[in-house]
Amino acid sequence: MVTLQPVDVRLQHRGRQTSERLLIKGGRVVNDDLSQYADVYVEDGLIKQVGDNLEVPDDVRVLEVNGCLVIPGGIDVNTCLMKPHLGCSPVDDFYLGSRAALAGGTTMIIDHVTPQPGDSLLEAFELWQESADRKCCCDYSLHVDLPHWHPGVKDELEVLVQEKGINSFQVYMSYKDSFQMTDSQLYEVFSFLKELGAVVMLHAENGDLIAQEQRKVLSLGITGPEGHPLSHPEELEAEAVFRAITIGNRVNCPVYITKVMSKTAADTITQARRRGSVVFGEPITASLATDGSHYWSKNWAKAAAYVTSPPLSPDPTTPEHLHDLLACGDLQVVGSAHCAYSTSQKAIGKDDFTLIPEGTNGIEERMGFVWDKAVATGKMDANQFVAVTSTNTAKIFNLYPRKGRIAVGSDADIVIWDPDRTKTITSKLQQSALEYNIFEGMVCRGGPVVVVTQGRVVYEEGEGLRVQQGSGRFIPRQAFPDYAYQRITTRSKVKGKQGVSRGMYDGPVYDVLATPKYITPSPSAKTSPTSQQPPPIRNLHQSNFSLSGAQFDDNIPRRSGQRIVAPPGGRSNITNLG
Amino acid sequence: MSGHSYQGKKNIPKITSDRLLVKGGRIVNDDQSFYADIYMEDGVIKQIGDNLIVPGGIKTVEANGKMVIPGGIDIHTHFQMPYRGTTTVDDFSQGSKAALAGGTTMIVDHVIPEPGNSLIEAFEQWRSWADEKTCCDYSLHVDITHWNDSVKQEVDTLLKEKGVNSFQVYMAYKDFYQMSNSELYEIFTFLGEMGGIVQVHAENGEIIAEEQARMLEMGITGPEGHVLSRPEELEAEAVFRAITIASQTNCPLYVTRVMSKSAADIISQARKKGNVVFGEPITASLGTDGTHYWSKNWAKAASFVTSPPLSPDPTTPDYLNTLLASGDLNVTGSAHCTFSVAQKAIGKDDFTQIPEGVNGVEERMSLIWDKAVTTGKMDENMFVAVTSTNAAKILNLYPRKGRVSVGSDADLVIWDSDAVRTITAKTHNSAAEFNVFEGMELRGAPSVVICQGKLVLEDGNLHAIPGVGRFIPCTPFPDFAYKRIKARKQLAVLRAVPRGMYDGPVSDFSPMSRGGTPSASARTSPTKQPVRNLHHSAFSLAGNPAQRGPPTTEDLPIRPAGRRIVVPPGGRSNITSLS
Repeated sequence: MVTLQPVDVRLQHRGRQTSERLLIKGGRVVNDDLSQYADVYVEDGLIKQVGDNLEVPDDVRVLEVNGCLVIPGGIDVNTCLMKPHLGCSPVDDFYLGSRAALAGGTTMIIDHVTPQPGDSLLEAFELWQESADRKCCCDYSLHVDLPHWHPGVKDELEVLVQEKGINSFQVYMSYKDSFQMTDSQLYEVFSFLKELGAVVMLHAENGDLIAQEQRKVLSLGITGPEGHPLSHPEELEAEAVFRAITIGNRVNCPVYITKVMSKTAADTITQARRRGSVVFGEPITASLATDGSHYWSKNWAKAAAYVTSPPLSPDPTTPEHLHDLLACGDLQVVGSAHCAYSTSQKAIGKDDFTLIPEGTNGIEERMGFVWDKAVATGKMDANQFVAVTSTNTAKIFNLYPRKGRIAVGSDADIVIWDPDRTKTITSKLQQSALEYNIFEGMVCRGGPVVVVTQGRVVYEEGEGLRVQQGSGRFIPRQAFPDYAYQRITTRSKVKGKQGVSRGMYDGPVYDVLATPKYITPSPSAKTSPTSQQPPPIRNLHQSNFSLSGAQFDDNIPRRSGQRIVAPPGGRSNITNLG
Repeated sequence: MSGHSYQGKKNIPKITSDRLLVKGGRIVNDDQSFYADIYMEDGVIKQIGDNLIVPGGIKTVEANGKMVIPGGIDIHTHFQMPYRGTTTVDDFSQGSKAALAGGTTMIVDHVIPEPGNSLIEAFEQWRSWADEKTCCDYSLHVDITHWNDSVKQEVDTLLKEKGVNSFQVYMAYKDFYQMSNSELYEIFTFLGEMGGIVQVHAENGEIIAEEQARMLEMGITGPEGHVLSRPEELEAEAVFRAITIASQTNCPLYVTRVMSKSAADIISQARKKGNVVFGEPITASLGTDGTHYWSKNWAKAASFVTSPPLSPDPTTPDYLNTLLASGDLNVTGSAHCTFSVAQKAIGKDDFTQIPEGVNGVEERMSLIWDKAVTTGKMDENMFVAVTSTNAAKILNLYPRKGRVSVGSDADLVIWDSDAVRTITAKTHNSAAEFNVFEGMELRGAPSVVICQGKLVLEDGNLHAIPGVGRFIPCTPFPDFAYKRIKARKQLAVLRAVPRGMYDGPVSDFSPMSRGGTPSASARTSPTKQPVRNLHHSAFSLAGNPAQRGPPTTEDLPIRPAGRRIVVPPGGRSNITSLS
């Protein structure tokens, strides 16, 4: 943790500067497990007291919230505020992105570090950390994406997990010839990350088939954004999810699916959970609030705005279905996958949809839409809302209970939530620098009235944001989060595989070193490269065992050309027939 | 439907001398059962009905009210299969005798060319082996063990000229037979266009290779390592993937050897979603389970080694029989591929070296009768469907095969539903020393088998003649699989959205760079048109940046430097209708 020291020093410094004492009075404190009427007292960026009739100093600022909900600040588990695409960076960087997050009630983001194939993971991580430290207005953490796999990466991963506070890594099953990994590589990555106690995140789509489909769609003369969903059908997402879970089961490793965009992918996760797999699914703002019918918009810029991978499903019932699964716990967390490319950046792909930079907005709208579509419709209660927008993320990535809970000792990341507020989403009023908003015109019930992060009020409805650039701290995360690993660890202990202890087979062995007269015309190609020749035959006369029934006898004609050294039916030195 | 029109053998005259009348039987087809007599001549059924007018002095078989069913078609065998310099112990003669003894009058064997070798040469090789020895009619599947343009040509030839309509590809056997997803996509696309049936050996070979290495590392070298390294999830995963690819390419899919509940469930689910997919459980998966891999007797454990392995879950056979009865699984094969104990012992110190294969060609029909029909899961018509008719439909041989009707081949079985026999390696017709069904008591057995219009099994005596079996050519585009595919092909035309050109600003980008500054030259796309009159645009994308809250110092450089914007963001468009 040596490297983290400078961060801590700076924090103390900032703590003095901005210390604020705050009493939140008259709210209903909602955690993922219970709701209670209580006041919350905050000092030095921490929650110091929760309860009634708190004894607090006189000079505290008091927020009367009049029965609004007091919830843990949201944690956006998936943002891409620095992800490069063909030399372009998203228009929302850590500053603009985190502002938008705070305005929507999200007080922590976990961004994806996306090195290009061949880059050093550590260098990329430091680049991201440096930029975020400079710009981010809320606490943040980082996932690191693995763009390639070779032994050198293992050393970097160890450093990242053990010294840098990273416990989650994303691998890609898509993007053929650049990020994509083979099943064997996935198996190795899973095995290695499991030993380190990290969470494997997957971008689950079948890249091989996408490449084929893209070629086909382009050859049909389809170059517009509708080619994107046509070449990324949701089956390919479901297929990859299924495969990822299978590999996860084999390795006995928790699997986290980023960007669950379709019903079939979500159902695949559901079924796997029914069978006991440790798998987590993350729908995103876009898949929860809109659908892929817009890809067929006559307006190119609008259609392109929706391009993300996996694509939004053209099935308009998808958002409802995903909300149902979130409500019942089959999907656990909500991210935004906020990756904002302007229209002119999207236009890089104006003649070829495969070049359109992928990403949608959603960092600001995330919590509002979950409330609007799930809580306000009665699918979900307020506690589950807290769980999917904040607590579960904190648990999966080992931030709990520092984040994701309103409790004494937790970070003072608090949102005062007004369930009755309504807001119309429009690009004109958004924090993001984008010219468009894929949720344009949608009305959203529920939203933050006050947002407190690190114990400071940074957003108040009507007064706007009061953020301090660079005030966000990097939050390191320990390996082996209980929420994901407790079951895994137990299973590793109890599921050891054992061979059957049986005596040596000492019957006849067909001689595969046979002389050419037994060999078919081309003997060379037949033997698999991994095959080994069997050892020499034993002395068969020492055997004292006869197999079940004298099956080797009589009547049955033998094929010629077979060299049997001892009678078939063989012998063995075992007396106990299983 | 005359036998003469089919590709014949030189010994057809022998067949033509046979005239046979089956009296007093109950004909059971896949759709109905009824009492009628059957008269056959020249190896073809000529008349069906009561009080037939037939020549005098012909041989008559009294069925005594027993069922008369179409002879079984075993859609999956490996007779005389070369393996590392040896061959399986049942050659085409031995194997087809066992088939006839069990009521199966046609087999479909797999041609397995070695990777790199010619498919057609391998096909001709198998033809010559089979023509010489087979005692019943046969067809061939050809396995595609590698893929390139010349293989594509050969597949085309086999489909159009050689009478092969089904091809197997492997998703397992890494670095050997295994195909990548892209190759599978190409093969599926090609066969989907040509009217072939894609058969897949569905297991995830890459993960198997990893698991095998892990097992051996843990010191597990016995046959139990086989099933431990090939868990049924990997079968289900590959089935899922194969179905996805088939669905993408609009190609009918046939999954060989459905061995586990989870794989069968995937097929079931896919059929419910409308996928054209057929599943083939085999005798072994319908009749026994994978607990035997843990037998203390190495030779016994090894005799069960096949891929995908038998599931250690003992409820699997029951489950698969149920799905067979409900129509979610369609055909049954035996995957009969028998090795002697000595051959299996090649892998005595390393389970990955054990030759894979189990017996089942003889037991197939009895076993399904016993497990599914006598238990009330399945009716006799469905029994005919899964043992014979559906296979004939998939191979495009229906109604020549798989049905008792006028004009069909005279391949009939008089089925004795009360017969009981105990399976044992001592009395079976295979040359293998082991029988994976050893000791099972099965109800239902053929009492008379008629193949090519001749009695080959009567009163317990088998009169099979090697070499009389004819190659039955299969033609592409079987209706059973392709009618739906063709209809979908017409509907599934992808169309582009007609929209005006995007003529707004385009960011600089550097196709090759990794986040470096973009080069100016890359900016203009070749098809870029001159900027239009932007004032006609009815569409405004953007808000005013000023409304984004108080600006700070860092607010200003929100656009990466080095980007040249020709018109303001929010762009313009020549489109007036916003959808």
